[in-house]
Amino acid sequence: MLATLRCVIHRDLLLAARRSSDVMTVLLFFVLVVSLFPLGIGPDPALLRTIAPGVIWVAALLASMLALQRIFASDHADGTLEQMLLGATPLGMTVVAKVFAHWLVSGLPLVLISPVLALQFDFPQELLGILALSLALGTPVLSLIGAIGAALTLGLRGGGALLSLLVLPLYVPVLIIGAGAAESAVSGLGGHAQLLLLGALLAFAGAFGPWAAAVALRISSE
Amino acid sequence: MRGERKLFGALNFTLRGGDLLRIGGANGSGKTSLLRIACGLLEPTRGEVRWGGDNIRRLQEEFWRQLVYVGHANAIKDDLTAAENLHVACTLASVPGQPAQIGEALRRLGLAGCENLPARVLSQGQRRRTALARLALSEAIPLWILDEPFAALDAAAVECVQNLIAEHLARGAAVVLTTHLENRITAATTRRIDLGAG
Amino acid sequence: MSGNINWFKYSSPQTFFPLAGKLAFWFGALALIACAAGVYLGFFVAPTDAQQGEAYRIIFIHVPAAWMSMFLYLVMAFWAGLGLTFNTRLSGMMASAIAPTGALFTFIALWTGSLWGKPTWGTWWVWDARLTSELILLFLYFGFMALQAAIDDPRRADKAGAVLALLGVVNIPIIYFSVKWWNTLHQGASVSLTKAPTMAATMLTGMAAMAFGFWFYSIAAALMRARCIMLERERASEWVADYARRSG
Repeated sequence: MLATLRCVIHRDLLLAARRSSDVMTVLLFFVLVVSLFPLGIGPDPALLRTIAPGVIWVAALLASMLALQRIFASDHADGTLEQMLLGATPLGMTVVAKVFAHWLVSGLPLVLISPVLALQFDFPQELLGILALSLALGTPVLSLIGAIGAALTLGLRGGGALLSLLVLPLYVPVLIIGAGAAESAVSGLGGHAQLLLLGALLAFAGAFGPWAAAVALRISSE
Repeated sequence: MRGERKLFGALNFTLRGGDLLRIGGANGSGKTSLLRIACGLLEPTRGEVRWGGDNIRRLQEEFWRQLVYVGHANAIKDDLTAAENLHVACTLASVPGQPAQIGEALRRLGLAGCENLPARVLSQGQRRRTALARLALSEAIPLWILDEPFAALDAAAVECVQNLIAEHLARGAAVVLTTHLENRITAATTRRIDLGAG
Repeated sequence: MSGNINWFKYSSPQTFFPLAGKLAFWFGALALIACAAGVYLGFFVAPTDAQQGEAYRIIFIHVPAAWMSMFLYLVMAFWAGLGLTFNTRLSGMMASAIAPTGALFTFIALWTGSLWGKPTWGTWWVWDARLTSELILLFLYFGFMALQAAIDDPRRADKAGAVLALLGVVNIPIIYFSVKWWNTLHQGASVSLTKAPTMAATMLTGMAAMAFGFWFYSIAAALMRARCIMLERERASEWVADYARRSG
């Protein structure tokens, strides 16, 4: 089974590497959205410092949304997904592998670039770690929940917008807790409670998400 | 039922090792749906599919480990080479896929020089052959379900695949396929089901 | 709740159809009575509140509507889950029938909440925990209906909707608590729309009456809608053809 997981992760990473423009687009979208806020609100440093965690988190949410459409779509189109459904490994495990590869390609870059963007907002340097950590814990949860939505909307018209409508309400707790971590840290309360909550959400999503996504994939492939 | 159309009803058959089952019928008569039901991809509105006496819905991976399904779609990724594609297909199905074996399988299907070419540049026929190359490595799998395996293949490739199937049947495995071609595969038992007027 | 007394006799659309029609009529009548009682108690009998004056009376609609919106989501998820587990057609149809009514009550709760907020705190919208949760609940309902609308195959639509509804049910407590926590974090001990004035007995009875009225209305509406869904989905079958012939 491990061999299959390794193979799937390797395959997805290879595909992403050979089509690197897809990956870059998501990252650039993230940077662009974050940059739009000062343009819309005004460059007042105090204001920007306050909204920084929220803005970065919302942008991460939207970028994650954008990336999700790719997770199962191409496999569904060329028939590889069917083979995964008929594979010797439980589908849930295959989903874990795919989501992990997907996160490496569209979640991790956001986590890594977030400190740079936060500095643009004059976010306190010593708290950048908490912001990045909140994203590091939160973006996998977004990928896991999003995978279920992507599985449900496989092959449907209305595509991206429908997926967003389904998934964004479910993202709200992650957003509140994730952004709350950095905000608490700023107001001196320390973001540890939120980080622990995020960890719990991650564990919960990691345990049940792939199974739900597998059920959804079977439903969508009928 | 497909959407709101009833495709076929009251279908009942048993398949044994060494059997070749051909499913015929006009376009749209439900051949692909029947194969997908047999695989477990589609749930029949009524009735069930059993493998060795157990419902395949319950067996899940146990059943799928003993099945190779080649559908209409090739399950080939354009950005991967033929060899890489075959390797992935084999790993997913838990079929032995060492590089040497993969090379041999591709050679057998007439894709000798194409192992390291991205599937994007291969022709339709070559892609179909890459998809079918799995069969050359699936000697241990007792059930092959093939949906129009000969589509887009030239005469030489058709003969090659027919030989693969015949060899597999001789090993005591069962093969189910749909095709428009005349049957030139020798088998212990050849059965035919024609899906007609529903 | 929807009349499935003898489970299997009524689990086929054909037998349930006429029963649904009769039940819808009676529940509709009961709904009218209960709502009338609720309105009378709430708007005429219950005493005027010392702090908020007459405007507070809108809670007689707001609170029962909010209760209904939550309750209906649970019921919808229940039917959807049943359909997914046992592969019964009727359960899926019930879930789809309930969704629009649930969305309606969520909207009513939001709208009345807004109407209450204006005279009380001067703004049309307050980001308090209850209203924000209701807003997200509305999106959950819309998501469910949109997903079902986007899928042509009814079986896939039912099953996909079921997965989504169950996912929503699991998430609702998480959403509610995180929103509540978000609210306290940012506004401190601010006024909550749900902090209604201390309840006199008549107020509680009034709200209960409205709640029952809404509940009976939901049952009637869902049954009527379920009948339409049944007719549409089973239009190829004989009993629908017979029904069409009989009704002219």
